[in-house]
Amino acid sequence: MSNFLTSSIGKKVIMSLSGLFLILFLCVHLSVNLLLLVSEEAFNAGCDFMALPFIKVIEPVLALGFIVHIIWASVLTIQNQKARPAKYAKRCQSQNCTWASRNMYILGALVLAFLALHIATVWYQFKFGEITSHYEFVSSFLKQPCFGVIYIIAAILLGLHITHGFWSAFQTIGFSNDIWRKRLECIAYFFAFVFAAGFSIIPLYFMIFGN
Amino acid sequence: MADKILKELTLKIWRQKDAKSQGGFKTYKVHNISTGTSFLEMLDILNEQLVEQNEEPVAFDHDCREGICGTCSLFVDGRAHGPDDDVTTCQLHMRRFEDGATITIEPWRCGAFPVIKDLIVDRKAYDKILQAGGYVSVNTGGVPDANAIPIANDKAEEAMDAAACIGCGACAATCKNSSAMLFVAAKVSQLALLPQGKIEAARRAKAMVAKMDELGFGNCTNTGACEMECPKSISISHIARLNREFLKAKLKD
Amino acid sequence: MSVIDAKIPAGPLKDKWSNHKAHIGVVSPANKKKLDVIVVGTGLAGGSAAASLAELGYNVTAFCYQDSPRRAHSIAAQGGINAAKNYPNDNDSVFRLFYETIKGGDYRAREANVYRLAEVSNAIIDQCVAQGVPFAREYGGLLANRSFGGALVSRTFYARGQTGQQLLLGAYGAMNRQIQNGKVKMYNRHEVLDVVVIDGKARGVIARDLVTGKIERFGAHAVVLATGGYGNVFFLSTNAMGCNGSAAWQAYKKGAMFGNPCFVQIHPTCIPVHGDQQSKLTLMSESLRNDGRVWVPKKIEDAKALQAGTKHPNDIPDEDRDFYLERRYPAFGNLVPRDVASRAAKERCDAGFGVNNTGKAVFLDFKYAIEQLGRDTIEKRYGNLFQMYEKITAVDPYHNPMMIYPAIHYSMGGLWVDYNLMTTIPGLYAIGECNFSDHGANRLGASALMQGLADGYFILPYTIGDYLSKEIQTPKINTNAKEFDEAEKHVTDRLRRLYDIKGTKSPDHFHKELGHIMWEYIGMARDAEGLKKAIELIAELKKAFYQDLRVTGEFTAMNNELEKAARVADFIELADLMAHDALNRNESCGGHLRVESMTSEGEAQRDDENFKYVSIWEYQGEDKAPEFHKEELVFENIQLTQRSYK
Repeated sequence: MSNFLTSSIGKKVIMSLSGLFLILFLCVHLSVNLLLLVSEEAFNAGCDFMALPFIKVIEPVLALGFIVHIIWASVLTIQNQKARPAKYAKRCQSQNCTWASRNMYILGALVLAFLALHIATVWYQFKFGEITSHYEFVSSFLKQPCFGVIYIIAAILLGLHITHGFWSAFQTIGFSNDIWRKRLECIAYFFAFVFAAGFSIIPLYFMIFGN
Repeated sequence: MADKILKELTLKIWRQKDAKSQGGFKTYKVHNISTGTSFLEMLDILNEQLVEQNEEPVAFDHDCREGICGTCSLFVDGRAHGPDDDVTTCQLHMRRFEDGATITIEPWRCGAFPVIKDLIVDRKAYDKILQAGGYVSVNTGGVPDANAIPIANDKAEEAMDAAACIGCGACAATCKNSSAMLFVAAKVSQLALLPQGKIEAARRAKAMVAKMDELGFGNCTNTGACEMECPKSISISHIARLNREFLKAKLKD
Repeated sequence: MSVIDAKIPAGPLKDKWSNHKAHIGVVSPANKKKLDVIVVGTGLAGGSAAASLAELGYNVTAFCYQDSPRRAHSIAAQGGINAAKNYPNDNDSVFRLFYETIKGGDYRAREANVYRLAEVSNAIIDQCVAQGVPFAREYGGLLANRSFGGALVSRTFYARGQTGQQLLLGAYGAMNRQIQNGKVKMYNRHEVLDVVVIDGKARGVIARDLVTGKIERFGAHAVVLATGGYGNVFFLSTNAMGCNGSAAWQAYKKGAMFGNPCFVQIHPTCIPVHGDQQSKLTLMSESLRNDGRVWVPKKIEDAKALQAGTKHPNDIPDEDRDFYLERRYPAFGNLVPRDVASRAAKERCDAGFGVNNTGKAVFLDFKYAIEQLGRDTIEKRYGNLFQMYEKITAVDPYHNPMMIYPAIHYSMGGLWVDYNLMTTIPGLYAIGECNFSDHGANRLGASALMQGLADGYFILPYTIGDYLSKEIQTPKINTNAKEFDEAEKHVTDRLRRLYDIKGTKSPDHFHKELGHIMWEYIGMARDAEGLKKAIELIAELKKAFYQDLRVTGEFTAMNNELEKAARVADFIELADLMAHDALNRNESCGGHLRVESMTSEGEAQRDDENFKYVSIWEYQGEDKAPEFHKEELVFENIQLTQRSYK
């Protein structure tokens, strides 16, 4: 494994694996979130479950996943910028690749900005605040249009990020060929849709029915 | 089908004296170009015009003019090899352009391909990557009979798909990251698919990727732009195979 | 005039090469390390030679004018490579390949060389497969073959329509491996402009770095020219834009004699000329004639309507189509050799049956093959060629017949070499298309790749060893010797002379003019009157060239115009030699058709009594007539007959 982590493919494999790990996390997160639409008890139970010690130990790993994904993305992006010192005067990239695939770093950065907001508000309160009902807290938080709208936009950005990120992760670890690529792209769009729709349906629900 | 005449075209062309000089765009006009003319023939006409005016012609790389040698480059109107699919610039024809159009012509922009003059870039980096391991290490003579090792038709065909690479550099030139992965993948994949090349597949993948990284190409982010602009339509599935070969090789280290 | 000895080994034909190899000198591994070899050109011949010599242990310095050795024009060869493997079990053999090559060349090639070529052909396929060349395969996993013009068996190995590319990349890979090993020093973007001769032996070259414009010297114990052909003397040809005869021509001027300069091949299946802005002609592989049927209308009024664009070819019923190749040559049909097919096309077009607006095109129709085999099969076989055709002409060949016309493709003539591939300058070798080669007066399809690789992989590495075994005492060549000074000065002066003319016309202008003269008078049909006229016109053009040439740009910098000017200057002189040679050879053979020498049926009429020789020309000085020599061709194993493909 000598020099693996410093090689271009090695670095991308790290992006790929950390990305897939984060998608896994998103699946769990979304499942718990969707309990908001079931009932107050269900969501609170979900929150209590997530607070159990054996789940808690995953938290630092999760944080590490985020940090690695972000740092490696930054390193790769800087290298990629350097690889073309003189830019083109005219480019028609829309002809040959998707917008999301070209703007993964920007999409990622926006999602990160949202993440900061999310940690500062909801996550911090969950962790250190004195909340009696998690359901109560979330519903009153998302009812506010400013937060609700931000959460919806973030969900869409995340979905876009995943349209490319998901299949790209498999391509990077070598799990793709001409047949599987089409399938992976379909699955990517499916996941992207589920995350974008799933995460935005909740603030939408509270904004509409919360009052 | 019948050829038309483009009365006037405006060409915005990158001019640069040599590798050390600062370059810039210069604008030229050409007239009465038949749509059956190839893009490079249109540049020939411009150059003939420039010689008449005692100006130095625009330097651009070209040789076979039938889309196979990979010499011609050019970023035309924002796309590698211009606004047509599955072609090299020499196969691009003027029927792709409208009368009165302004056409922007730039050299490949990629740190690893420095500009030598005007539209000519230095693509030695690609040679160096192949020198690092893009071959089967056999000497002349003493090889087994050609039919001694049967190769499945589909494997041979897939290897041929990859082997079609002409080394023009459009992949790295068009990639937003200036990554040479498609070029490297084409060779690694071709040889990994064939029993003759499999023997040193691990060594090859490692050596070629290391050389690619060393030469300052960017990192692939799987946008797929390279395969869209590749004049030979080489699939990025070969990049997946390269990744696989590389990972396999590294896991054994 | 004298008769030149080709140093053909004695003994029966089939034992000549093995006996010769067994008795020539060999350099020990320790001594190989001390010997330097220069290889000019990195196509199939040069690339394979550079790699093989480096593998043996010689220090190789290689040059190409392109930006990478991989770009050499061998890459554009499409159809395939011949070998006498007899895999299809159709009674092929070394002798049959030898016989068909000699016959295809209209009995103007050397028996011993051609037999050797056929002998080593099988090893080439083995070598290429070992290198990872993805040849086409049957479903059982074994190699596939297809047929080509002039052959009664299927012996052509292929990699889609890109065989030349794949073989070249194989040789390039082998060379890359030696570059990595430090045994080949590769100079890209360097054009060799002179050969340095010291004490009668080739000892180095003078090259111009095309990026900086600097003139550089390189010394070696032997020099190998693998610079390809000179088809570009016609301006419009299927050669790459940069292909040139300059290194070979300068070698000629240094004393290497030139063989059969008038023998050039006209390929029948090229995309027709579309206008006067055209810079080059695109070849459509001969393999297309396997499945395509060549025709023109039977009725002159249909031809007129096609020329006027008022009728669509698909509207002409089968009974009104003249499949003239099938009609005239029932045995070989559409697969007659190139010279025959080209002349037949010209004959029909001259008679007014041409099918495009210029009247200079015939149809190559895949309708019948698609009906029979299905579109998928045709797409698999020729997909890339069809795509190429459509990109250039904007016509879909799946639904419309292709239009084709003959164009200059290959030069059978070149530097004269003996059996060891050595020119008349000791230590100077010429391989591949650069030498006058094994193809006689006409090359069969898929034989150029075979010859290039045979020379580079399997012949030169042996024969050069014989010469070098006598050079082991020679120390490193001193590039400060006065001969290098003189050669460098000569090159600089020559370029300076061109640069300083400061006239009004570009090199391309003169090149185009030259092309017109060549095509008109030294093209597909030649006669004494026209050739004499051509000699006059070429002399006039030369004068105009040296009075009115304009080379823009800087002298010591990258300067494409200066490169072109030097090449055109050499082409003009070469053209003159070609005209003299064509005038001398008052017979028709292969690609060389003298109107004075035709059968009553309009076929080429050979004159074995008077012209059964290789014409060899020796340079005598600027503006002096070259001296003529002969190498008599002796046919001991083949009965000479009038070539018939009926």
